Amino acid sequence: MNNLSTPLSNDHVMLAVNDLSISYNGKVALRNVTLDVKSNEIFGIIGPSGSGKTSFLKAVNRMDELTSGMSTSGEIRFHGYDTSKWRNLYSLRKRIGVVFPLPTGLPLSIYENVAFSPRISGVRHKVDLDEIVEKCLRRAALWNEVKDRLSSLGSLLSGGQQQRLTIARALSQDPDLLMLDEFSIAVDPVTTMRIEDVLKELKNELSIILVTNLVQQAERLADRTAFFLNGEMVEVGKTEDIFEGKTSDSRTTAYVEGRFG
Amino acid sequence: MTMFAKTEHNVRCYATEKRWKALFLLMTALLILPVLVILTLLIVRGGPAISWEFLTAFPIKGMTEGGVFPALLGTIFLVSLALVFSVPLGIAAAIYLSEYAPDNVLTRIINLAIINLAGVPSIVHALFGLGAFVLFAGFGTSILAASLTLAIMTLPVVIIATKESLQSVPHAFREACWSMGATRWQTIRRIVLPNAVSGILTGVILEVSRTAGETAPIMFTGAAFFLPFLPESVYDQTMALSLHLFVVATQVPNVPEDLPYGVALLLIGLVLTMNALSIGFRIRLRNKKKW
Repeated sequence: MNNLSTPLSNDHVMLAVNDLSISYNGKVALRNVTLDVKSNEIFGIIGPSGSGKTSFLKAVNRMDELTSGMSTSGEIRFHGYDTSKWRNLYSLRKRIGVVFPLPTGLPLSIYENVAFSPRISGVRHKVDLDEIVEKCLRRAALWNEVKDRLSSLGSLLSGGQQQRLTIARALSQDPDLLMLDEFSIAVDPVTTMRIEDVLKELKNELSIILVTNLVQQAERLADRTAFFLNGEMVEVGKTEDIFEGKTSDSRTTAYVEGRFG
Repeated sequence: MTMFAKTEHNVRCYATEKRWKALFLLMTALLILPVLVILTLLIVRGGPAISWEFLTAFPIKGMTEGGVFPALLGTIFLVSLALVFSVPLGIAAAIYLSEYAPDNVLTRIINLAIINLAGVPSIVHALFGLGAFVLFAGFGTSILAASLTLAIMTLPVVIIATKESLQSVPHAFREACWSMGATRWQTIRRIVLPNAVSGILTGVILEVSRTAGETAPIMFTGAAFFLPFLPESVYDQTMALSLHLFVVATQVPNVPEDLPYGVALLLIGLVLTMNALSIGFRIRLRNKKKW
């Protein structure tokens, strides 16, 4: 990685965001966000829709480059490296797994969905692919349900299974950071709980950014939580503090107690 | 049950509903009628003219007898060669416009130009082909010049059809691939193209049928009135069904009445066969649709 700028000294910081602003065709979607995400941490982002949560995730894996009209300012450091100076964006995105709100099973078999990322990064041998596919499906708590029909279409699975498939797919990238964007929106409560258990396990190996519209989900899972509102980060702090009313902004307490949003 | 009794308003709505439905049905029937009349006429009057000899023999006695073999073969030549030029070019351009081009003013102008190009009258394409391929490029009136003219004419339609089928692949698939670190090409090759191919094929085959029937673009560029022999290379002229139909219907005296109908039936048969193939393809591939 000799083409990147100098690494940050503190190696516990996975993602350091400094004064990030995002706009679409001049319309501001998010302004002046500064936060960091540490290794082995679940970082929750809560806030009503339209508060800029999804835009934040798009900026992190540099999807701004592929989104027409989207522009960002400020600095995002991943592993200490400035992502705006990252030349090989494909390798950046490969290290960041994304799970979208609606499960997007690619129009491929279950096996090929999970083998997609290894394949495009050059893994060819069936043995290696088999191993990755099984490992990732197991980690996403889906293996037992699909192991006998790996060659059937991923899009034929139920919503909850498809969402676990996309988690398995994200894990097949062997990411350092996993970003989940309101993953439970189309998932039944039981599956949601299973995925939450999976996330608690995964925390031991990687960092997780959990964007959620369910404040209780953040309360259950996140180590620290940030509250976004109308394109601003109102505050960030330890999840206990946020949910126990030890907040610096009264709007945060109002939101987590369900008084608006 | 006064609750469900018809009100005056209900009665009026119901009557209006029936009138509109009848109107739309009538319009649809009006559309189908000419097609039925044409096909019936062609089959009744042209059917007797079709025979094995008609398909395989040369025209004789000032084109009043014999077959249409060189014209049939010529049309197949012209269409195939036109496709060889227009399909790869059109698909590549459509992939660029749909998957790579930034959404800016220039791209929008190009897209608009392509749509307008599809509306240019074929006689204008014919004159362009005459100037560009026959005279400027020096191909002379030849299969090559005529095919290139047809290719230019069909290019916009191939591009539009391809672009539409690419766009019909949900954008979420692309975002999912990109977020995994796939390049645009990896995304296109593995996800977008395999799922767009049925639409592309349909577009191309429908295009074939249009090309087969065109007369003006080949008239000045490579199609001959009559040739007693088959073309030997792409630099030779050829006969073509569409021009042959024009010739036997209007230019040659003493043609038996059935002959033009036979030629027309053959031409339309060729086109309909292609369309049927295209529909078959579409149904087969749609059944395999993966979302």
